[in-house]
Amino acid sequence: MNSKVYELIILGCGPAGITAAIYAARKKMDFIIISKDIGGQTIYSSEVENYTGYQVITGAELVFKFKEHLDMFDVELHMPEEVKKVSKQDDIIKVETDKDIYFSKTLIIATGRIPRSLGVPNEEKFKGRGLTYCATCDAPLFRDKVVAVIGGGNSALDAAIQLTKYAKKIFLIDIASNLKADPVMVKKAFDSGIVDYIKNSKVVEIIGSNFVEGIKILNLENKKETILELQGIFVEIGSFASSQFIDIVEKTKDGEIIVDCANRTSKEGIFAAGDVTNVFAKQIIIACGEGAKAALSAYEYISKKF
Amino acid sequence: MGILNTQIKNKLKSVLDNLPNDVILKVFTQEIECPTCRENTSLMQEIAEVSDKIKLEVLNFIINKEEAEKLKIDKIPATAVVGEKDYGIRFYGVPAGYEFNSFISALKLVGTKNSGLKTSTIEQLKGITKLVNIKVFVTLTCPYCPMAVELAHKFAFESDYITSEMINAQEFPHLANKYGVYAVPKVVINEKVSFEGAVPEDIFLTYITEATK
Repeated sequence: MNSKVYELIILGCGPAGITAAIYAARKKMDFIIISKDIGGQTIYSSEVENYTGYQVITGAELVFKFKEHLDMFDVELHMPEEVKKVSKQDDIIKVETDKDIYFSKTLIIATGRIPRSLGVPNEEKFKGRGLTYCATCDAPLFRDKVVAVIGGGNSALDAAIQLTKYAKKIFLIDIASNLKADPVMVKKAFDSGIVDYIKNSKVVEIIGSNFVEGIKILNLENKKETILELQGIFVEIGSFASSQFIDIVEKTKDGEIIVDCANRTSKEGIFAAGDVTNVFAKQIIIACGEGAKAALSAYEYISKKF
Repeated sequence: MGILNTQIKNKLKSVLDNLPNDVILKVFTQEIECPTCRENTSLMQEIAEVSDKIKLEVLNFIINKEEAEKLKIDKIPATAVVGEKDYGIRFYGVPAGYEFNSFISALKLVGTKNSGLKTSTIEQLKGITKLVNIKVFVTLTCPYCPMAVELAHKFAFESDYITSEMINAQEFPHLANKYGVYAVPKVVINEKVSFEGAVPEDIFLTYITEATK
């Protein structure tokens, strides 16, 4: 156990956490970052086209640049380390992780979001056996295979675009009646000529003995079930806020941490930023801005309170 | 035009020049029937040119068969990262993309002789007295993969009984097929225990223990 009381602990090292850290470092705050990874969801974006200053940049490159910026300061990063519980007694916040226990006067939660799973009965069995949640990682393993991408948002289209380089055919299976993704991405995917869009449909079963051999989909309009023969399933059906480790702040019914315009949560001294919060629009550039605000807000709180 | 740009070389130099011990890269290559051997050798040459701490030995997989057998190298391109002794740290395929990170980490590991593993982990590794081979299948676009590779290499560094291999699934599709690699990182230990994903130190260690039973 580390009995030292930091001025600030930042949980998460994605765009919000890194930006908060840069701001905190410039304010010369005594702080650490605890994170299970670097870059959060950003690192899995194949192309980012809406971060001001970069017309096109891969998620990985953007994260690399963030990290380079962070490395200008002498920041203590505890990684990979996962937070398990946050509590507060008097004015001191206690952070319990899978490795240690830490204390701090303020906390910024920037833990982002976790991808949602499919929710079909035999999902666990097929994980890593044709069923995957990381197109960036696994797309190259599906050369000349038939695959399905489940979802209709930007991340689904991003997965489909990555797969067009490898797969023979891609079924894009969307529960909605039209794609929510940016039209630019939709065009890019469909221009490949190998994407087949199946709307109003959901996956009800994965078929296969050891590995994925197909999926059964249900058309929600005509209630008709269809079996598609394929070898790969890429799940991109959104995500949920990574906030399960804390129950002392107010959250929305979906688990997003509620913050005010200065990133304050309902618990004094605890701030939150980025995709884990209820702030409108989950975007990299917004997460960065929120991270900056949270750090300045934590700094102001410390200056006044202690 | 080289593979590494000046900015990366400078950064690398500052890291490698500070290593307290020399690191030897034994690179196995061949001119024919190995589409990525030339790229791998070039990358290793560029890394070795950056710092005097890195010693490079380029070996021919056929001509230097004896050395390959001694190091149990059975496919190419292969790179063994060796220090004062052979720790059993191997890279099969070009460690480019995200694996460049795990490669540099391996150089730091051998060059500093410090794994950074928990004391309890090191103690448990001392209890292993059976040979353990860890294969970590990766793709170069997988951000999680270096975590699994680095951890496996650290285990190999700490135990004389453990050898650890990064294998690029795209360069060795027959192996990817044999071991059913449909998600990365995929770890195969002693041909009998396997799992996917980058797991924490303690959990990885449990799999190793299970494989030695």
